[in-house]
Amino acid sequence: MISILDGFSEALHLLLTFDASLFEIVLLSLRVSLTAVFFSALIGLPLGALLAVLKFPGRPVLIVLINAFMGLPPVVVGLIVYLLLSRSGPLGVLGLLFTPTAMIIAQTMLITPIVASLTRQAISDLWVEYRDLLHSFDAKPWQIMKTLLWEGRLSMMTGILAGFGRAIAEVGAVMIVGGNIDHATRVLTTAIALETSKGNLGLALGLGIVLVGIAVVINILTLSVGHVVGRQTAQGQIL
Amino acid sequence: MNFLRKILFMLAVALLMAMSQAAHAQSSTITIAVTTSFENSGLANMLLPQLLEDTGLEVRLVVVGTGQALKLGENGDVDVVLVHAKQAELAFIEAGHGTERIEVMYNDFILVGPADDPAGIRSVTKVTEALSLIASSQSLFSSRGDDSGTHKKEISLWALADIDAENIESDWYRSTGSGMGATLNMAAASNSYTLTDRGTWINFSNKQELELLFEDDPPLHNQYSILLINTERHPHINAEGARTFADWMTSEQGQQVIGGYRLQGEQLFQPNAGEDNGQS
Repeated sequence: MISILDGFSEALHLLLTFDASLFEIVLLSLRVSLTAVFFSALIGLPLGALLAVLKFPGRPVLIVLINAFMGLPPVVVGLIVYLLLSRSGPLGVLGLLFTPTAMIIAQTMLITPIVASLTRQAISDLWVEYRDLLHSFDAKPWQIMKTLLWEGRLSMMTGILAGFGRAIAEVGAVMIVGGNIDHATRVLTTAIALETSKGNLGLALGLGIVLVGIAVVINILTLSVGHVVGRQTAQGQIL
Repeated sequence: MNFLRKILFMLAVALLMAMSQAAHAQSSTITIAVTTSFENSGLANMLLPQLLEDTGLEVRLVVVGTGQALKLGENGDVDVVLVHAKQAELAFIEAGHGTERIEVMYNDFILVGPADDPAGIRSVTKVTEALSLIASSQSLFSSRGDDSGTHKKEISLWALADIDAENIESDWYRSTGSGMGATLNMAAASNSYTLTDRGTWINFSNKQELELLFEDDPPLHNQYSILLINTERHPHINAEGARTFADWMTSEQGQQVIGGYRLQGEQLFQPNAGEDNGQS
């Protein structure tokens, strides 16, 4: 029987020996999840701001849906993307199945609701605070959204980090649309699942510890950037 | 403000560059859907480098259960399928999803269970007897329950023993709904019996109290076959690469590599391309 300590020693061993395949897997994990975070921010931030500021028919329904989609099971997202990208599916001609691009699409679908929903919440709070001021300037809706997004940037960062956390940690979606192909689509989480299935629990745990370590580093980096920006603009609002 | 803009801009550029590197399909690459038992045995690590050296063909393995592998083949998402479930394979060809079924090798299934063997299957000679003993003593049994080749085999073995496994409504029979490795992990944790292919078992490193308790009975034969996908339905697949793969696997060279593969001193697969042995 292996213990948690074995996991730590495996993790240490992998890191100290600069294991080449580990390096490859970590890089792909970061590439896929960070790209997914980038696109989900591109979609989720404006969408969240729009939902917070503008009143339009169907808005409450959309808000409920986006909040509910925060809990989308990764396997379901994986299946939907598989059905879209399968050779027999509507986007099959693109030949994207079992590529990192397919994994990025799946993770973007998975985390955009998280970014959008947390953004909407933060912007709504700010909107209450700034409403009179912005109205007195006679600001256009897009100017209001831009201002509020900028003022709430540190809260947005929390939303984006939450999205990143979900993306880097999920296994269900990337397993289905990526296929866990060695040297092509294997990421940390699918490698962990594979090693567990082989009964290599120590190695699986070691990879898990590496994953947690990466998440910690990314969070520290983001927080540091947040502090620098906060100081530069003399904004009191730190995370 | 400028600082953040610069960072965002740099990030955006870096990400777009990363995106543009997305894998390009090469003509000398094929994607194969294989069963977990094939991958877990470790044979792939032997075969694929040799295949690359002999033919220049690079293989990308998508490791799934037989049910999903056949589905991927049916949808044209892979270039070739390598599985072990004869009935399902014949149905696959029958339905026109595939054009050819090529037998390449076999290994065997075994029953593993807790070392103290509460059902007493160690001494029997027929797998049907062993399963009857497990059922009558109500000893814990972990079933894959995932419609994989191994699961299909297990159901057919229970049927040989006149037990309808799909309708066992009892606590001793546990359907795990997961892969071979996960099922072995659960069997080890709960000290239950399970059916596994020999390759996965030997390669499995979390055995705990589990031991090999029953082996060597003809019904436990496990035939692996290559299925070529119907190019009329899926013209985009790399049929040439798939043919190269099938030819090499059935060639003298390929068969030698298969037969020569040893894991912890044991031969795992018997090459049998071209032999019509009629077994399933």
